[in-house]
Amino acid sequence: MSRIAPPDTLSRSTPAQARDANAARRGTGAKLLRMALAALLLGSGMGASAHDGHRFTLPADYREECGSCHVAYPPSLLDAPAWRAVLAGLEQHFGSDASLDAATRQNLGLYLERHAGRSAQLAARPAPGETAPRLTRTAWFQREHRPGHDGLSAGIWQNPAVKSPANCAACHTGAADGNFSEAAIRLPTAAGARR
Amino acid sequence: MNHAWTALALLVATSAQAETAAELMARYQQEARLSDASFAASAQRGAQFFRQAGSKDWHCNTCHTDNPAAPGKHATTGKAIEPLAPAANPARFSKADKVEKWFKRNCNDVLERACTPAEKSDLLAYLQGVKP
Repeated sequence: MSRIAPPDTLSRSTPAQARDANAARRGTGAKLLRMALAALLLGSGMGASAHDGHRFTLPADYREECGSCHVAYPPSLLDAPAWRAVLAGLEQHFGSDASLDAATRQNLGLYLERHAGRSAQLAARPAPGETAPRLTRTAWFQREHRPGHDGLSAGIWQNPAVKSPANCAACHTGAADGNFSEAAIRLPTAAGARR
Repeated sequence: MNHAWTALALLVATSAQAETAAELMARYQQEARLSDASFAASAQRGAQFFRQAGSKDWHCNTCHTDNPAAPGKHATTGKAIEPLAPAANPARFSKADKVEKWFKRNCNDVLERACTPAEKSDLLAYLQGVKP
């Protein structure tokens, strides 16, 4: 078992926790409003992405439509304009056709809009030659996965067991169930086997 | 034989809401017969299509592996893919909408065009015969 981060390092810098901190600074009134809003969203039709920093509950239809070819990414890891750009280009989604019917696309759009990240750290622009932004290019993702951080090496993405930063589940063993907690992280060995 | 499939498909269609691979194959075959009255789905052509069709470097078996009854792996992301053969994974080919969604996407990725009804029925004839 390998730990890549002491408990406070990762949780201090997740977008969710950053938002909580901001809410606390704005005062109890804002906090209460936020809680009321969260309760409202929990009861809404699309389901909610409740999380405690590293655990996300993603609705079944989101996991079905956006979790077949890759892990269903928690919507709070990318801001709303970036998600809009992703949805606008599903026919050419990083080299694959990921097209949806109009009704499904609209529903997912509402869900992503509602649960998108709010921090400037979660903005992303398309890379040269690409039409959609990647959440692995946000300032937040880059910082959390920088070489030398918590045992990560620069070659981690070329590891045969990882292949791509999009392959969350290579190290986040609970990623398929929305569990990105530190306890569920296992870095693969240099040869590509999971420790 | 084809009449038997059609009869079976009709039977299944009237007894359950969800589709089966047999029923979908019969439906695609009927569609193919609109342009070729003598068309009959062929598992052999389907098996060949599964391994060889494609204008890029992707074929069906690039992700679904050479054995459709075994789990596959996405060629780009590495994510695990459940087995494709209905005998190994009963959830496969049980919803017409979902089947059409994936044919649209995957045929575009592999062939850079839509698959024909004949190709779809051939493929289903093949996949139905694959046992785990």
